[in-house]
Amino acid sequence: MFATDKIFRLACFICASIIGLLMLGFFIQLICSSLIAWEEFGISFLWSSEWDPVDEKFGALPSILGTLITTTIALIIALPLSFVSALYLVDLPAVIGKILSQALDLLAAIPSVIYGMWGLFILVPIMQLHVQPFLVDTLGLAKLPFIGRFIGEYYNGFGFVTAGIILALMILPYICAIMRDIFKMTPPMLRESAFGVGCTRWETAWNIVIRYGIRGLLGGIFIGLGRALGETMAVLFVIGNMTELPLALFDSGTTIAATLANNFAEADGIQRGVLFALGLILLMMSFGIQVFAQWYLHATSANRGEER
Amino acid sequence: MKKIIFGAIASVLAVFNIQSADITINGGGASFPAPVYQVWTYSYNQITPNTRINYQSLGSGAGINQVKAGTIDFGGTDNPLTKEQQEEAGLIQFPMLTGGVVPIVNIPRIQPNQLKLDGETLANIFLGKITKWNDPAIQELNPKLKLPNMKITVVHRSDSSGTTYIFTDYLSKVSSEWKDKVGTGSAVEWPTGLGGQKNPGVCNNVFKVRGSIGYTEYTYAVEAKLNCVTLKNKSGQFVAPNMESFSASAANADWKNAPGLYMMLTDMEGENSWPITGVTYILVKKDFKDADKKDAMYKYFNWCLTKGNTSASKLNYVPLPENLVEFLQTEILK
Repeated sequence: MFATDKIFRLACFICASIIGLLMLGFFIQLICSSLIAWEEFGISFLWSSEWDPVDEKFGALPSILGTLITTTIALIIALPLSFVSALYLVDLPAVIGKILSQALDLLAAIPSVIYGMWGLFILVPIMQLHVQPFLVDTLGLAKLPFIGRFIGEYYNGFGFVTAGIILALMILPYICAIMRDIFKMTPPMLRESAFGVGCTRWETAWNIVIRYGIRGLLGGIFIGLGRALGETMAVLFVIGNMTELPLALFDSGTTIAATLANNFAEADGIQRGVLFALGLILLMMSFGIQVFAQWYLHATSANRGEER
Repeated sequence: MKKIIFGAIASVLAVFNIQSADITINGGGASFPAPVYQVWTYSYNQITPNTRINYQSLGSGAGINQVKAGTIDFGGTDNPLTKEQQEEAGLIQFPMLTGGVVPIVNIPRIQPNQLKLDGETLANIFLGKITKWNDPAIQELNPKLKLPNMKITVVHRSDSSGTTYIFTDYLSKVSSEWKDKVGTGSAVEWPTGLGGQKNPGVCNNVFKVRGSIGYTEYTYAVEAKLNCVTLKNKSGQFVAPNMESFSASAANADWKNAPGLYMMLTDMEGENSWPITGVTYILVKKDFKDADKKDAMYKYFNWCLTKGNTSASKLNYVPLPENLVEFLQTEILK
């Protein structure tokens, strides 16, 4: 009995530490492989916007900015949508709620390449023929002072906005499913008490349900964020793949993941190092977000009355 | 239970045993000729069951790297190595097939091969200097066409590619501004436009975006039913892209005086020459250790250059001219 316990303990320890070792391994490998890029371009690689494979001059800024822009657009669209749908799903009559919940889970299971194909074949033409002409030509958004510059007069259906919408659709089911589960976990007594003191549904949701499940909520958001940061195929299909500084929302651009997927097969020498460096940056971004999320939860736990 | 497992393993091994040939030759690289190579390896395996050839479509750069590293026996590439590069890496290079790179357009009410362009105009479009289809420079070349007042969207490859190498090599030859600003390469810093992944991605984007222009291997343009463009060649003639104009370009090449058989078939002389023709090459190690394997491989290449012609033509690739095949057979594949 004692021996089996020991073996089991050891097996568990090995399995658990593999995760940590894998993470460490990724960092070490990416750092080693990208060394030649850092030696060549130094830290200015981070804010250099040049990308010239013929002269072998590379900079990471267009890819980093592209990743941030598409992720931001995706979150702006997906967050409110998934929040209200999750609230609605919890309060629905059981039958409809179940069907919609199943549909939501199914949506989360669709492979990203399908989203990409849908984006290319359905969304891009819609954006080119209807949405962008409406925004630019009919509403004249591009002619507005200051803001107009960020919209962009030129459109062809591809670009940051289209990529952001696709990403929003992809992360929405994730965030929504987690929010739904968190909302369900709120003890009925708390909700009923809130209703009992005269709170509206909205006040109950905002003051009770969210406060109770903030940890899980943020967890869901960060899972969605992580997926949006690293999403490759769906973005690659619709972003337009131009490695240059993004000037306007309808411009074609690139993200770190799309740049990697586009160039890896044929890269060698310094370019390979550059791609590994980009991979390292992406990993650091995800890592940074995780650290920030944990820190934020810890720092604000007192405000929410949580026990340390 | 154990018996069943052993039996299963044994039968699986037996199946592999039947399939495993005496000699297995692994190749990989350029994706542009991959359709032909795959047909060839299949047919060749049928007639010579004791030699098994594999070709993986990895991309030209990967083909060069892997044959250098010795992980594959032969590599395919669309951007040729110079003689110095070949010697440095200890490789032999020879051509295998010819094909055309064609500009494709999506302009409403313009028929296939109807739009005429010359090299400089094409370069200016890809430089982002000509931004409308009814630009005087294009209208001058097409006096009879009614060109729309529509923005030009340039579509190019987003990945690194031999096709891009051939195309940018042509643009560098016909436009000094292109040569200075962008240059030749399998991936370049595109001044304008949007990128598509591989040949099908470019075709798709051109198909989707009205007013777009892109470039692709001829086969893909034919399969996607996209409208090609008629180009002005070095002799001042307007030629349409087809098998004849590709072979005309190949026939005008002086292979015997090309060091290391390095040859770009872009902007070739000749009245019927298509200006953006490309050659795809095979690379093998100079000091190939295994003599039996080398024999079998060279036999296979010989077969491809002679018997493989019909299947290549069917797929819209141009076989090498006869005098070049003879030259290769006597000089290299002996």
